[in-house]
Amino acid sequence: MTALRLRGDLWMGAAPLIRGLALEMPGGVWSCLLGPSGVGKSSLGRLIAGLPGPHRLEGVLEACDGQPLAGRVAMMAQGGQLLPWADLVGNVTIGARLRGARPDTARARALLAEVGLAGLEARRPDALSGGQRQRVALARVLMEDCAVVVLDEPFSALDTGTRLAMQDLAARVLKGRTVIVITHDPLEAIRLSDRAWLLGPAGAEALALPDAPVPRDWRAPQTLTAQAALLGRLLPVAPACAG
Amino acid sequence: MRRLNVPLLRGLLALCFALALWQGVVWISGVPRFILPGPGRVGASLWSNAPLLLEHARFTAVNLLVGLAAGVGLGVVTALNLAVSPGARLLLRPMLIFAQAVPVFALAPVLTLWLGYGAASKIVIVMMVVYFPVTSAFFDGLMRLPAPLDDLARMMRATPLRRLVLLQVPNALPSLASGLRLAAVYAPFAVIIGEWVGSSRGLGYLMLMANGRGQTDLMFAALVVLAAQGLALFALMEACARRAPGPP
Repeated sequence: MTALRLRGDLWMGAAPLIRGLALEMPGGVWSCLLGPSGVGKSSLGRLIAGLPGPHRLEGVLEACDGQPLAGRVAMMAQGGQLLPWADLVGNVTIGARLRGARPDTARARALLAEVGLAGLEARRPDALSGGQRQRVALARVLMEDCAVVVLDEPFSALDTGTRLAMQDLAARVLKGRTVIVITHDPLEAIRLSDRAWLLGPAGAEALALPDAPVPRDWRAPQTLTAQAALLGRLLPVAPACAG
Repeated sequence: MRRLNVPLLRGLLALCFALALWQGVVWISGVPRFILPGPGRVGASLWSNAPLLLEHARFTAVNLLVGLAAGVGLGVVTALNLAVSPGARLLLRPMLIFAQAVPVFALAPVLTLWLGYGAASKIVIVMMVVYFPVTSAFFDGLMRLPAPLDDLARMMRATPLRRLVLLQVPNALPSLASGLRLAAVYAPFAVIIGEWVGSSRGLGYLMLMANGRGQTDLMFAALVVLAAQGLALFALMEACARRAPGPP
């Protein structure tokens, strides 16, 4: 259970992206960073995952247990993280091989089965659908067994039905971990998060969420009301459509 | 079986058509046979000179394959070294780019001067011609690891060597395959030019000799053997390249 604390200003080169961030992301639950494209939410994801980029934090990012974050974060992105030349087991076990450890193929098969890919272990990613590929990426995140998991718009490229199913699956298999979801989809934020923030240039604003347990039913009136309210909040950011 | 045979049949049909066209040109134009022998005459020459052609073809083929293997091996090793060592990149990369601007074929006379009329000069010229495209194609592939895979290597704390072996090399195999295809195209040119510049054996030598003696049918027969060699080499490379996994 690794809680994270992020405070300060996020810069992109010489320009400030988000000022006055003050995020307390508790351990063992899902925290969501919601924002429109270009607000810098993916940069925050890369920052937490310890990946390089043009971003820079003037402030602190720390785990509340005092240990360094490096090596304790797994990230799942929108796509492109699978090895096209390796089968699914090879894709799931690449972390162990990159670290020079013995890959646990039995566990990889069990995890692939857990995400619903039993029987497809010998396939290569190009023989899978977009949703199945993200299932492989999810199995790999589980295989890495990191304290902190960053999901950077992991289901953005999927169709709506597949996306809802993947949200349910991710909520089930990642339960109990410290998860940071980065998304521009209000429904995703409302369905999955225990804490959520709306990101904007002036900082992060905590959002009120329905009381129902995660993953929240997409048909529930509270979910839909919260989604409508959030959509209303996001709308002024975009230029008004005048016929 | 049917599916396998259809392209073969089509190829044979095209070959028959080409031979008929060739024979037709010979008949209609009435060119003397020391300018353009018909396919029948060339076929007869192939048959009667088979031992001679075979002996020279062996010399050419061995040089071709040895040069090719050496060039590919050296190219792969160079590319791997360039990929791991920034120092090597700094020193060697400008040299590689410069060397690509020099037409390696033009070095054939110099190589013959240094290495003599035997096999060595042919092997070295093939090696040089193959080396540059293989090195640059493989190196490009090694350096072009997609950003998400680079992120993966960082998050999974891969050592540079494991990153190279487990991510960069498999990612570069399709590029290496296109380098090999280029090599298969250039290598037969190189070996023949090497033989033309100075040799006492090989199909290139045989062609020059036959030409000098007015044995045009033998010259064409040598050409046919050469073409067959080139095709076989290309098929071999294609088979190797197909084994490269990943997207083409």
